[in-house]
Amino acid sequence: MNCKSVIRELSNYIDGDLDLAMKQELERHLGHCEDCTMIVDQTKKTVEIFCDSEPVDLPTDVHSRLHEALHRRMKEKPN
Amino acid sequence: MTGTGQKRTLVNTPIALSTPNPHRLPSTVARADEHLLVAAAKAGDAAAFEELVNRYERKIFRLTMNITGNREDAEDAMQDAFLKSYTHLQSFQGDSRFYTWLVRIAANEALMRLRKRRPNQFSLDEPVEGEDDLMPREIEDWDPTPEQRYAQTEMHEILNEAVAKLEPDFRTVFVLRDVEQLSTEETAQALGISVPAVKSRLLRARLKLRQKLNRYFRRGESN
Repeated sequence: MNCKSVIRELSNYIDGDLDLAMKQELERHLGHCEDCTMIVDQTKKTVEIFCDSEPVDLPTDVHSRLHEALHRRMKEKPN
Repeated sequence: MTGTGQKRTLVNTPIALSTPNPHRLPSTVARADEHLLVAAAKAGDAAAFEELVNRYERKIFRLTMNITGNREDAEDAMQDAFLKSYTHLQSFQGDSRFYTWLVRIAANEALMRLRKRRPNQFSLDEPVEGEDDLMPREIEDWDPTPEQRYAQTEMHEILNEAVAKLEPDFRTVFVLRDVEQLSTEETAQALGISVPAVKSRLLRARLKLRQKLNRYFRRGESN
């Protein structure tokens, strides 16, 4: 496996979607390629940082307008 | 080669950091009692539906904000998504999680507004791109815990700016897949594109974000 193939399979590797033979082949390449190892680790870190993100609180005015609109709709059309 | 662009201050920061949650489990946002709330809401319990809104409004606003990049559009898209989900609740069959169904509606509402505002910059129907542009540039060592170098507010700005600068096609897939944690299949279904197209765009989005974060996270970079 060369560097280009590693990059092509990077997402599948991070997501655990590679079959065992492909995963082992990719990891053999990582064993001797410092650049690919950095790219894999950093991309994984990038995904983790976004994945661990939590939304901030909704601004009060946005929350109020949403619930007012919802109450109006609930009055017009009860489920 | 490294980027030297100025950081800009974002007014709205829909992304924030918290303690890590399990990675790669699709739609983990749905708590176990979601189906009970949905059943009660379908039976006419307005408070149950409002509880669903309270539970998901922050996430749906973050989603619409991330897709549209515009607060007014994001608010409209979120509001319409909740109103539509209420109006069409009886047609929700429960073959997916309510949250996934809601995300699909909200993503469509947001995409509609994005296309309207920027008709020439967005086309989810484009064919999957070639591989020539994939090889990363700027390969530099990062600190082991680079995110800890920044205050939370500053980190929010860095992440939001990085996502906002992605092309809409890539941004939308990334947001659904990695921020909202839908599965690849759920993302494909939500956007009406193929699984290979989701995978291709997700790979590109991840590589582009790695590159955008490189300038902040590389070893020796002073805050």
